Amino acid sequence: MNTRQQCKRIYSWVGRAKSSDQQLKTFQYRGVLIKSERSLTEMCILPGEFVLVEGENADQPFVAKLLKLYEDGSQEKHAVVQWFSRITELPLNKRKLLQREVSPQEIFLDKGPGYDTDINVETIIKNVKVIPLAPEEAVPVRSNGKQIFFVKESWDGKCFKPLSPGLLSELKEAEKKKRVGSPSPLTDCQVFPSDFICSLKTETDRVTRSTMKTKNFQMEIESRHSASKSSLSKERHSQRVANGINTPGARKKLQLNSPTKSRNKLTGCDVLELLVDDCDALEALEPSATKRTVTFTEILGSPPKISRTNGEPDSPLSIRGDWSKLAETIRISPYRRGQDSSLKAKNLDGKDDDTWHLNSRNEEEETEERTRESRRTTKQAATSKSNSKSDTNLAEEQELKTRSPVVIPRSHRKCVQKTTARIAEQLRFLNISEQDQEDDYLPSTDCSDSSSSEEEESMVPSTPKRKTRSSTKLSTPKSSRKPSDTTPAKTPRNASEPRTPKTPRNATPKIPIRNQATEKPANVLEEARLRLHVSTIPGSLPCREEEFQDIYNFVESKLIDGTGGCMYISGVPGTGKTATVHEVIRCLQEAVENDELPSFQFIEINGMKLTDPHQAYVQILQLLTSQKVTATHAAELLAKLFSTPGPKRKTTVLIVDELDLLWTRKQDVMYNLFDWPTQKQAKLIILAIANTMDLPERIMMNRVASRLGLTRMSFQPYTYKQLQQIISSRLNHIKAFEEDAIQLVSRKVAALSGDARRCLDICRRSTEICEFSSQKSTSGLVSMAHVMKAIDEMFSSPYINSIRNASLHEQMFLKAIIAEFRRSGLEEATVQQVHLLFFFKTWTLAFVLIV
Amino acid sequence: MSKRKSKETSSVNGECISQVQRILRERFCHQCPNGKLFGVQLQYKHLLELLKRTTIHGESNSALIIGPRGSGKTMLLNHVLKELMEVKQVRENLLQVHLNGLLQTNDKIALKEITRQLQMENVVGDKVFGSFAENLAFLLEALKKGDRDSSCPVLFILDEFDLFVHHKNQTLLYNLFDISQSAQTPVTVIGLTCRQDILELLEKRVKSRFSHRQIYLLNSFDFKQYLKIFKEQLSLPTEFLYKPFTQKWNKNVQSLSEDRTVQDVLRNHFHCSKDLRSLHMLLMLALSSITVSHPFMTGSDLLEASKLYRMDSKANIVHEFQKFIQRKAHSMYNFEKPVVMKAFEHLLQLELIKPIEGLSVRAQREYLLMKLLLDNNQIMDALQVYPNCPTDVKQWATSSLSWL
Repeated sequence: MNTRQQCKRIYSWVGRAKSSDQQLKTFQYRGVLIKSERSLTEMCILPGEFVLVEGENADQPFVAKLLKLYEDGSQEKHAVVQWFSRITELPLNKRKLLQREVSPQEIFLDKGPGYDTDINVETIIKNVKVIPLAPEEAVPVRSNGKQIFFVKESWDGKCFKPLSPGLLSELKEAEKKKRVGSPSPLTDCQVFPSDFICSLKTETDRVTRSTMKTKNFQMEIESRHSASKSSLSKERHSQRVANGINTPGARKKLQLNSPTKSRNKLTGCDVLELLVDDCDALEALEPSATKRTVTFTEILGSPPKISRTNGEPDSPLSIRGDWSKLAETIRISPYRRGQDSSLKAKNLDGKDDDTWHLNSRNEEEETEERTRESRRTTKQAATSKSNSKSDTNLAEEQELKTRSPVVIPRSHRKCVQKTTARIAEQLRFLNISEQDQEDDYLPSTDCSDSSSSEEEESMVPSTPKRKTRSSTKLSTPKSSRKPSDTTPAKTPRNASEPRTPKTPRNATPKIPIRNQATEKPANVLEEARLRLHVSTIPGSLPCREEEFQDIYNFVESKLIDGTGGCMYISGVPGTGKTATVHEVIRCLQEAVENDELPSFQFIEINGMKLTDPHQAYVQILQLLTSQKVTATHAAELLAKLFSTPGPKRKTTVLIVDELDLLWTRKQDVMYNLFDWPTQKQAKLIILAIANTMDLPERIMMNRVASRLGLTRMSFQPYTYKQLQQIISSRLNHIKAFEEDAIQLVSRKVAALSGDARRCLDICRRSTEICEFSSQKSTSGLVSMAHVMKAIDEMFSSPYINSIRNASLHEQMFLKAIIAEFRRSGLEEATVQQVHLLFFFKTWTLAFVLIV
Repeated sequence: MSKRKSKETSSVNGECISQVQRILRERFCHQCPNGKLFGVQLQYKHLLELLKRTTIHGESNSALIIGPRGSGKTMLLNHVLKELMEVKQVRENLLQVHLNGLLQTNDKIALKEITRQLQMENVVGDKVFGSFAENLAFLLEALKKGDRDSSCPVLFILDEFDLFVHHKNQTLLYNLFDISQSAQTPVTVIGLTCRQDILELLEKRVKSRFSHRQIYLLNSFDFKQYLKIFKEQLSLPTEFLYKPFTQKWNKNVQSLSEDRTVQDVLRNHFHCSKDLRSLHMLLMLALSSITVSHPFMTGSDLLEASKLYRMDSKANIVHEFQKFIQRKAHSMYNFEKPVVMKAFEHLLQLELIKPIEGLSVRAQREYLLMKLLLDNNQIMDALQVYPNCPTDVKQWATSSLSWL
């Protein structure tokens, strides 16, 4: 899988100990030398450099900045690091706070308290290049290689903040120093590849559909435009923008190679200036922009308006297409501008950043922002228009314009990306068919509408709010059909069907969506039936408070201690084991959200849902790191993961349902499962669920049972009172049952099994029976009689009834068997004997009938 | 003149008779989709309501239809599905998966079949790729993603349900029932089985997840209803082409059902087995005697049919004997056919065997059905006192008589 892992590396210190601490018996060193056995190369890593650290997923090592190297008393090499997080390491629900598409090369300075910063030197793989970016810089796209990372914002467990200027300059300083100071053996990543720059350049010249690199270009365009315009504010603005930049290529170079001082000093006052500029510009342009602000509130509704305001025929042939592009630009831009300005505003008033979450903003503010931004874009459109009028270099202008619609939207979100892609497609089409402006515009919306019905919702950008939601939906890593959908030509549904036999790997597991909506329950009985269905998740779990508390306390204490442990939960089916455990996890996750607990990872496997006990490894690994490997390999990886001092790991809570099915002859699966939590570094909490109370004693070997420990809990079958309470709490004051009826059900079930599922099923069935017969009965409530009938249906033995309904000869045969058993007193009888008796009986019967 | 007229009527009759035979044969062979249901109105209503709730309200359910063979389980289900499909809302939403325990002999095959029938995305053409574990994970993931309000309800029909119980760990059943009891894609699992003790075969956690809805089909009619069914099955529909013939035919059927001999035949049959499939077999045999010259069924036709129906095997005694000689007794004896027949008749004279149907000489002698008048023990005793008994015969006796 990863050769890097398998090939052995040798770590040694550079030079002698720099300083030592007598009390702690530690020796600090200047650097570490990593010798790779296979490639025979050497690598020297010094504090202050960025390194890759082995993680649980071999393909995605962690990124960290090395702060200190030391050796402790027991000769172990340690390193102190500052962690950086990739986007994939952040919790899913927090990612959307960013509200933009994050390139895989972007990392975040991790300020969260969760991770141990002291790691073993041997987990360091190699050094890596990390480039700090100022908040408004965009992450450059780089296709070849992965060894450069960009850091732009920090993450403290709750929200994202741009790097503080001080920190930024510090990072850059480090970067610079490293470049100048270390001529040490370098991997390819440290030599800054010139071809990278070239490729970037060519890329900018090409009309790309990507929205990734947006920001710089936009500024550049702005500056150019403003240069031709003689507004004072614009000039200032352009000055600022052009501070470090002249051409896109040069700017790139500057930014990547040697960050200029001016950039670093761009602090509060600059930002303030910037904002003032913008406001000025806005004011200046306000009258001309008013019309268009309307168009933003109803983006879809009024495209013709845009085209009218824009549609002054200047140089008809060349510009026509461009206008439509601009119109598109306008359509896309408001939202991300809004976001952008909020960012700036944040800098301006220096408020606590936490308060500025885009989604927490109220609607009013949002619309206000939107209008502001719309003006801005209008301004932009206007500038470009004026440019085209001034017409210095037509060809260059043309190029600029073709780029502009693609470049301007800074939002990295996928859905916008998609729309732009689609728009671009549309535009190409439009350029070919030189149609009238008004006509041109509409089809583009049609085009996005004509995508497959289910996608439709997410694709039509009706309101920004909608967009946010859809974007989060789309960003979940599930859709394999995305690529096919971005090109409208392929949108028909069946196009999503895999074409080659290899594709099932990324097939989306899903059931088609129903065409008609489900009907809502019409009467009380139907409502009650819905609530009584086992699948309905109740708000609270009555009658399991004690067990809930026990499990909660157990997991909570382990979470706080950062240790691992096992708990065995037993109980007959239908006593709420799994439900309670899930409830505990839900509560814990809530507590984590409120920052009362350190965060944890929750995974669940079910013995019954595995085809083979060893598949448990595969599933656990897949849930942990989303790798797909074979069972044996997964076992190795997991063992390594849980036994090595993982530098950066959260506690994992693992639920193992139907534990008894993980039994194998050698019991290795169970052994491993219960062995991992005992290791110091594992941070693994296992909640094992099974039906039998004495499972550890009965089927487990001693060494397995001993590792499972004695933290046991058993769920007693529900008593009739508890069942009664469960039903009433589910019904939640709906008057559908007579009190006696509920009591009857619960008593019956409690006497039989205490299975809550049975209890609910009976109740559900009795509502049906009641409904059938309700034409006659007056009350409409489920009464004792209905419940009795339901219970009879479910529990009465079918034998008597079926024997009664058997044909005469069948009955005779049964009688003959019984007679034979009685006669011989044995448990076995020969067919011949039974046969004889059978004939005897038939004959006598026939005789009786004749006489 | 008159001759010509009679010829005409006979040709009409010929056409007519072939039509009658076609209609009735379709009915008896269960190829007719709109056959009638007898005495299962309650069950029908229950099942229909159940499936309606699944499709319209998105409620998950599970149920078993239990009844002896030939009691109309599949027919009931098909009728319900047919009615259900007439509702537009259902037709557009419902996904059906049909499985049969005889075909899907293990969970792996069953899973592939489910995936194929649901047309999931890992299906290419008609083939399903991926390992068993992958398929299971994929299917479970797919079903987990759905919810009550938005995804299509899926109807799983498991024919020969009792065979699924023997799959390893009952994984498939556990998962299906588990889905039906959790807030996932609405599914309804319907099992068809003829085993009364099916619930005891389920594992306890599987059983707990099953909703315990059982629909019993028990052929719970008495002889009067049986006669009525007989009449209905044999009557021609009123919209049949040749009106006068239909009237005559139906009148004949009515008189048949009142005929004493016919009633006796039917009663015998009824006592033997109540299932309607055997009645159909009987009527089929009787129907084959209908010709142009013999256009109406008579009591004796039925009697003959019942005899034919009960008589199961026909074996040529000479051939059987020679087979036995060759296979069992590795001897070189080769007897002529008359010799064998003579020996057989000798046995008959000794009254060790006796023909079943009296000595009516309609069949050839070597095909007559015989009944052994001796007990196995008697044969064994006789063999023991017979000193020169061939070893082959002794071996035969020990091997094929002793276990009885």
